[in-house]
Amino acid sequence: MKKSDALKAPFQPENFEFSDESAVAEIISRYPQGRQQSAIMPLLDLAQRQVAETGPFGDLPIGGGWIPRAAMDKIAEICGVAPMKVYEVATFYSMYNLEPVGKYLMQICTTTPCWLCNSDAIVKACKDTLGINIGETTQDGYFTLMEVECLGACTNAPMIQMNDLFYEDLTYDKMVEILQALQKDEIPPHGPQNGRRAAMALNGPTSLEEQAKKAGVA
Amino acid sequence: MLQDKDRIYTNLYGFESPFLEAAKKRGDWDGTAALIKKGRDWIIEEMKKSGLRGRGGAGFPTGLKWSFMPKEVIDRPHYLVINADESEPGTCKDREIMRHDPHKLIEGALLAGFAMQAHHAYIYIRGEFVHEGSEVVRAIEEAREAGLLGKNAAGSGWEFDVTLHRGAGAYICGEETALLESLEGKKGQPRNKPPFPAMAGLYSCPTTINNVETIASVPEILKRGGDWFAGLGSDEKNTGTKLFCISGHVNSPCVVEEEMGVPMKELIEKHAGGVRGGWDNLKAVIPGGSSCPLLPKEICDTIPMDFDALREAGSGLGTAGLIVMDQSTDIIYAIARLSQFYMHESCGQCTPCREGTGWLWRVMTRMVKGDADIEEIDMLLDVTKEIEGHTICALGDAAAWPIQGLMRHFRHEVEERILAYRKQAKAA
Repeated sequence: MKKSDALKAPFQPENFEFSDESAVAEIISRYPQGRQQSAIMPLLDLAQRQVAETGPFGDLPIGGGWIPRAAMDKIAEICGVAPMKVYEVATFYSMYNLEPVGKYLMQICTTTPCWLCNSDAIVKACKDTLGINIGETTQDGYFTLMEVECLGACTNAPMIQMNDLFYEDLTYDKMVEILQALQKDEIPPHGPQNGRRAAMALNGPTSLEEQAKKAGVA
Repeated sequence: MLQDKDRIYTNLYGFESPFLEAAKKRGDWDGTAALIKKGRDWIIEEMKKSGLRGRGGAGFPTGLKWSFMPKEVIDRPHYLVINADESEPGTCKDREIMRHDPHKLIEGALLAGFAMQAHHAYIYIRGEFVHEGSEVVRAIEEAREAGLLGKNAAGSGWEFDVTLHRGAGAYICGEETALLESLEGKKGQPRNKPPFPAMAGLYSCPTTINNVETIASVPEILKRGGDWFAGLGSDEKNTGTKLFCISGHVNSPCVVEEEMGVPMKELIEKHAGGVRGGWDNLKAVIPGGSSCPLLPKEICDTIPMDFDALREAGSGLGTAGLIVMDQSTDIIYAIARLSQFYMHESCGQCTPCREGTGWLWRVMTRMVKGDADIEEIDMLLDVTKEIEGHTICALGDAAAWPIQGLMRHFRHEVEERILAYRKQAKAA
């Protein structure tokens, strides 16, 4: 489905209200008086997170966060702009889901640095385990599979983003393990999956000797 | 090789807590007010003396950039905007600063903000960095509570605050005017320049946009003096230390702080465990993030990693994200995949880029198979020249350069693949 078609999707709820008024007010307060339009992006994010928390509308199976059109209209009202201004933003940025997605949104990076480190195997692990293709959602509404562009963790390639979390330094087997845990609603620890610390070299730091010693790493 | 005593980012790997108590022990927020008391002219002079060039890719001298801001605040407030939209494939350095050393960034924001007479800084972070953004927000809150931000920031007499703004997945928002559009709550489509942001930027107010690493380096430069920073590096135009991200076919990929001008071979061998299968197994390196043209092994053997040496070699330092490719790499696909990236990320505003990036990707995809004519190589290069320089922002250029680099150094491979495909097609 193209992003713009999503606005016409049949599962749109009629109304949307933000459940946390203070969060809305805090977002508005971040920007100067008269510049409430700046709050559109954080409010879209807030709406998406609220949908993820409160759960599905109507007959939809369990799922993750997305932004119904009614939420965009609400945001337009809050920011004092025409609804079109909000639709424009919502359809421009790739992180706003305009249609329902799975509870666990699996975004696999396949851009060159990850591809060099065999992101193909990670894509395959997801397809094999979940039985769906890129762009599809499992019947139970648990998983949506997406191929995305560089997520900015290239020294920890290959990697994926699951909802808010980065899983890095993956292998086929590790990816399968993570998916199997998620199928049981267990969230495995995020970050590097090969036991290393952040973006430090796997065999230990090549700099910051004293700091490493103090931290008991070297 | 850079000595530990000259490193700015002493918590790069998160050995210690990123937060205030530990950050102060590492020297952050030490004597900040005294630096501010020396005045904004002193700060800008010291930054010019340091020779620091913007760490976001373009390498524009930071002190000079700051001096473009109006000397007096007239009717509109000044803004500092920090570009944390790190999205160039191969680049993951700002992430390490934000999650492990956020106070360097906030202290740097205060110093830079004061120098350009801004009372407010916005940090625009890519939406995917949820965790990194939360660490920065927590550090901002700590700084507010401790009086390091606020009416009398760090006891300096200057009022200053910092706000984090999250993006939502658009590479183009790393372009400074697209970033401003996005921060104003619009589609991230670059603006025509002039007017330049220093005259009319965020909310049409005078604005300077700096990269995270640039701003986070400021406190240490001012504390140790511009001369200290200028004493490191290869020459007076390529100074200081730099965070390098080494990814791809190396034994131990990592982010590391090294001296500007470190030889590429030394950087890869000392810090990233060497090329998979040994140095002789190297095929090519993209030295500065995806938009920089690749360099074949012969150049990589001796090239220093600095702005000018890499430019002379027909590439660039960019963000200093090295993408290393060994002999097993299908280099045509590696570049075609970047074409796909640029096609996906084109904002659609300018026709040469919107149509051209898709065209480049489609032709490159055929070239991966070999399903093309030899003459199409020149046509492809011709089209890259038509895109380059004919768009509002540099995304069109960035899409053109990787292909130009490929054809400059590996044209024979593309030709061989086309011939092999034809031979096979004939046999079938």
